[in-house]
Amino acid sequence: MAGPQTLARRQAPRDRAWMASGAAVLLGVVAAVVLPQVLELFALINATVFVSMAVLALSLALVWGFGGILCFGQAAFFGLGGYAYAVAALNFSDTTFAVPVALLVATAAAAVLGYIMFFGRISDVYVGVITLTVTLILFNFANSTAGDEWRIGAAPLGGFNGIPSTPLLNVPGEPGAGLAPEAIFRIAVIALAICYAIARLVLRSRFGRVVVAIKENELRAELLGYDVRLYKLGVFSIGGCMAGLAGVLFANCVFVSPTMFSLSYSAQVIIWVMVGGLGTLVGPILGCILLQMLTTWAGTLRDINPNVILGVILMAVVLAVPRGLLPSGIALLARFRRGPPR
Amino acid sequence: MDLAAAVLLQAVAGVATLLIVSLGLAVIFGMMRVINLAHGEFLMLGGYATVLSVRAGASVWLGILVIAPAVVGAVGFVVERLLIRHLYGRMVDTMLATWGLSLALIGGVTMLFGDSVSGFSAPFGSVPIGRFRISGYSLFLIAMAGVLVLGTWLVLRFTRAGLIARGTMQNPDVAATLGVSPARVYAVTFTAGAALSGLAGGLIAPVSGVLPTMGTAYIAKAFITVITGGAAILAGTLSASALLGTVSTVATFLTTPVFGEVVLLIVAIVLLRLLPRGITGRFLRRAL
Repeated sequence: MAGPQTLARRQAPRDRAWMASGAAVLLGVVAAVVLPQVLELFALINATVFVSMAVLALSLALVWGFGGILCFGQAAFFGLGGYAYAVAALNFSDTTFAVPVALLVATAAAAVLGYIMFFGRISDVYVGVITLTVTLILFNFANSTAGDEWRIGAAPLGGFNGIPSTPLLNVPGEPGAGLAPEAIFRIAVIALAICYAIARLVLRSRFGRVVVAIKENELRAELLGYDVRLYKLGVFSIGGCMAGLAGVLFANCVFVSPTMFSLSYSAQVIIWVMVGGLGTLVGPILGCILLQMLTTWAGTLRDINPNVILGVILMAVVLAVPRGLLPSGIALLARFRRGPPR
Repeated sequence: MDLAAAVLLQAVAGVATLLIVSLGLAVIFGMMRVINLAHGEFLMLGGYATVLSVRAGASVWLGILVIAPAVVGAVGFVVERLLIRHLYGRMVDTMLATWGLSLALIGGVTMLFGDSVSGFSAPFGSVPIGRFRISGYSLFLIAMAGVLVLGTWLVLRFTRAGLIARGTMQNPDVAATLGVSPARVYAVTFTAGAALSGLAGGLIAPVSGVLPTMGTAYIAKAFITVITGGAAILAGTLSASALLGTVSTVATFLTTPVFGEVVLLIVAIVLLRLLPRGITGRFLRRAL
């Protein structure tokens, strides 16, 4: 789809990935220092939600845009990460080890699901159907866990209501010292920057190049001797881990509930990636933040349902800018700079 | 004995519902390779068309059997013109565009009619089976599923339009050289599929109640049934809904409705793992 883009990026100097990663982390640190001083508390918590969603969008950008795996169930790993974090934190009454547990659970779930799919030679739409189905199973299951018999250790699963008592992150090793919303925002922004850096560096590595090669032409990559199944599994697991991290961050500004597994989250991530630009990493992050601001704004309108706006945008983007905002914007800019054709 | 008969009938009714709900999607997917994610909302529109016409004083049968398919068929015609036509051959893009359509329809209907359940009571009352009673309407649903499958089969197998449709499905280029316009065939197919979805929406309305988000409860199941069925429209949908419907009804009977749904989904995953191209990718390959 966005083939030429990924190819062009591959020819760029190797060190650009390092520079971009460094710049992203720097930008993250600056945002983490400056924004909490500018924004009010409510806006800050909202911004934390946006950033956690941006991590989710980034994970799908990697899996779909570069791995070519259309995953309709990125929300499954997002929700699993959130639930694992909440359950672990309530049981340990300390979040130090809850975060690694959450990442591990999400990664393991992605690895198992990926193994079933890729080693079963399932591809295309069928991957979409299976990931969607798994998400629906989790959604149904999480919704039916009301009542006292559904608890893991000290953590009640709470069915439809979720776990409103999801604990906030504390200073590592000091369970009593909970972090303020400002600190959680800083952690989220820096986590986003680090995830971006990791994604850039993964794509720059030998592994990443093979993954992109498989996306461009699976048969050719296979004939060249690469084990396609293994590389797909690898990138899918990395994506699952990132989505789990997004779930942890989300749990820290809202709380975990079955809606994390809902169709609307799965749908929204795909919309963000598509609108931002498939085959880029920055595009989906921008698309995510832009559309969330739009949705928040649309939610304040009394006469128009926000779903209408989202739906119309999605249709318009697919019809008018199928490559997404960022690639189309860059192409437009390049044409402008080159001047009119002679 | 009575219990066995009642459970059996319940299972057949479950299969029939799944079949009715999936058929419109299967026609569109099988003929055009277009996955219509707004299918659930087509069902919802059919439900609303029926409820509104019943409220306006029309008879229940007129609402379900005529008004619902006509209204949704018209919607489908417009959607094909404005949206689907520009995206042929781009499967993922059509999925995303129809997803957008689905969101917009949910939002729009919520704005028009509000977020509450409306409906009307099912005709026919209940029928005794020994010590148990089963609703007469589920017997009607079973009959309707039979009529729909038979009707689709007859049209595809024995009419000129069906022949042209099957030919275009197999090879649009050859059909075009022979003087058939694939674009027109696709337009008619999409409209017919939408009308079938509308009819399905009208049929399930008395059972499920009508609300803007009712489509989301069915789209995943219909989608999974069609994909599990594979390429053959009727044989695939029939076999997949027979299998999944029976499994989920039995599991629901033994445990809870939620668990029944979960079992349906798990069976679908296992099946796709074993038969990656659907049931008719392996068996009954030459079936319709």
